[in-house]
Amino acid sequence: MSALIELEHVSKVYVSGETEVRALDDVSLAVPAGQFVAVMGASGSGKSTLMNVIGCLDRPTRGIYRLAGRAVGDLPPNELARIRNRLLGFVFQSFNLLPRTSARENVELPLLYSGVSARQRAARALAALDRVGLADRASHTPGQLSGGQQQRVAIARALVNDPKLILADEPTGQLDSHASMDLMRLMQELVRGGITIVLVTHEPDIGHCAERVIAMRDGKVISDAPQVPVKAAA
Amino acid sequence: MSPLAIVRVAGRALVRNKMRSALTSLGIVIGVGAVIAMVAIGEGARRRVEQTFEAMGTNLLVVLPGSATSGGMMGGTGTQATLTWADLAAIRKECKAVAAAAPLLRAGKVVQSEDRNWTTSIVGTSPDYQTIRNWRIARGHAFDDGDVEASAKVVVLGETVVDRLWGPGYDPIGQSVRIQAIPFQVIGVLERKGQSPVGQDYDDTILMPYTTFQTKITAGLGGYVNGAIFVSAVAPDQTERAQDEITNLLRDRHHLLPGADDDFSVRNLSEIAAAQQQGTAILTALLAAIAAVSLLVGGIGIMNIMLVSVTERTREIGVRMAVGARSWDVLAQFLAEALALSLAGGMIGIILGFAAAYEIAAHFHWPFVIHGSVLLISVGFSALVGIVFGFFPARKAARLDPIEALRFE
Repeated sequence: MSALIELEHVSKVYVSGETEVRALDDVSLAVPAGQFVAVMGASGSGKSTLMNVIGCLDRPTRGIYRLAGRAVGDLPPNELARIRNRLLGFVFQSFNLLPRTSARENVELPLLYSGVSARQRAARALAALDRVGLADRASHTPGQLSGGQQQRVAIARALVNDPKLILADEPTGQLDSHASMDLMRLMQELVRGGITIVLVTHEPDIGHCAERVIAMRDGKVISDAPQVPVKAAA
Repeated sequence: MSPLAIVRVAGRALVRNKMRSALTSLGIVIGVGAVIAMVAIGEGARRRVEQTFEAMGTNLLVVLPGSATSGGMMGGTGTQATLTWADLAAIRKECKAVAAAAPLLRAGKVVQSEDRNWTTSIVGTSPDYQTIRNWRIARGHAFDDGDVEASAKVVVLGETVVDRLWGPGYDPIGQSVRIQAIPFQVIGVLERKGQSPVGQDYDDTILMPYTTFQTKITAGLGGYVNGAIFVSAVAPDQTERAQDEITNLLRDRHHLLPGADDDFSVRNLSEIAAAQQQGTAILTALLAAIAAVSLLVGGIGIMNIMLVSVTERTREIGVRMAVGARSWDVLAQFLAEALALSLAGGMIGIILGFAAAYEIAAHFHWPFVIHGSVLLISVGFSALVGIVFGFFPARKAARLDPIEALRFE
């Protein structure tokens, strides 16, 4: 079976005036399904660009990107939107929940764009909230939830459409260490349940929770090694 | 995304910002309300003018005798008797565009009931007069040609005269009134007609056969009509033709040479009515145009707020795109929001506009006129405003790059 994520000599070049910025420079890597990968690096190392390419938000300038065996580099925008909707889930540093909107409705958001009926949406959103341990907070708005809880709602939103891959961009960036570890434990649980997670972070503690760490600098992969994940403490 | 889901998403977004949504709609409320009110008011005013002229008579022409000149002083229209009874008969007989013609002899006299008296305008005329003036009998009956021939001492009273001599609601049929000590039998009461365009009370009058008028009230010169001739044309668009026919006929009958002034005048009241109606129509158009400007301003208000909203919700748009919204979904959502704002504003504006028009109509005693088409046009127009002014912000939202949008601070 082929890997879930396959990048072959992928480059992303931004041209601004005379200068050329190589955000990704000939990156090749493969992530099998069910793996928990941490991408680490300083800001400007290209890890965010890597996330955007893997997340089908951005297209590589050169090289081939295959997601679940399908080359997605040249697909039209609407098809990319469909892939994001069905195969991917996103978790952001700043949660990005809709304000003044209940947790349940926030979690329903991806289902709105996949033609699921209102009743089904509600049921699946509640199930997803249950998976992250927030079933009893379904009617709370983001303002009524702690940072850790908000990020759990965001994870429920990423989970609700049964994606193959969750992309988490500095998910613990705005959380205290306790809430961060809580979140990592949840992610480890999800991986045990069969989901693939690619996590971008610059915090070594967080990186240690993954099974594999890819380090980047100047758009290149400088190290890529498996590790024994640290079990996130309670 | 299904249309229902689009409406829901847009609705949720608007409810999340109640105050802003309400204020944005207010511009449309005022705009649509103003348009509705102005059109309804204009239409009411037009109907009022129409009614006023209908009360004056249908297709009415008035033929007046010429002016007497003594020592170089022109006496003014009607000071000289130039119209003869033969002229009247000729107008009836020879003018094709004339439906009916009646003499109008008038004198102010005191009329007495048993215990009260009242000074009013006594009119001597023929039965045709009521047809020409479009004036029906409310109670009793009118006098007929037999009464004219017999110079019968019968009268038909206006409601004001009944009010003054006996009191409102009294039925005077069969009673007698005295004018210059001569008793007349009341055979009918005229339908209430109200005021003329210049505020004269139409109902303050008494009608009697012109023959009776000549023998009992004022004799006048033998052979001459000591007053005016009222004429109705066969149709509203025939009044000018009737006017020409009468003018030619009378010039011929009075042996006026070409170039000589008419010794009579023919007044076409339909022309005055048409001019007045055109005046109100222009006024209505002007008011509606001003109101339309406020609707335009309301539309720009929507665009303004939607642009602010798109900027403010850039991250929301980014998230929606990240979780699978296509450009079209985002476009549809923001268009739906603008449309909902303008339609909601339009609905409220219609209600307020009609309420305002109703109040104003009641205040000025105008008829309250609603055309279904005005409703349709207003709803259509507010929807159009929403789409036109919502499109630019919505397109801006749909064209956002999700990566940039998610990074937006």
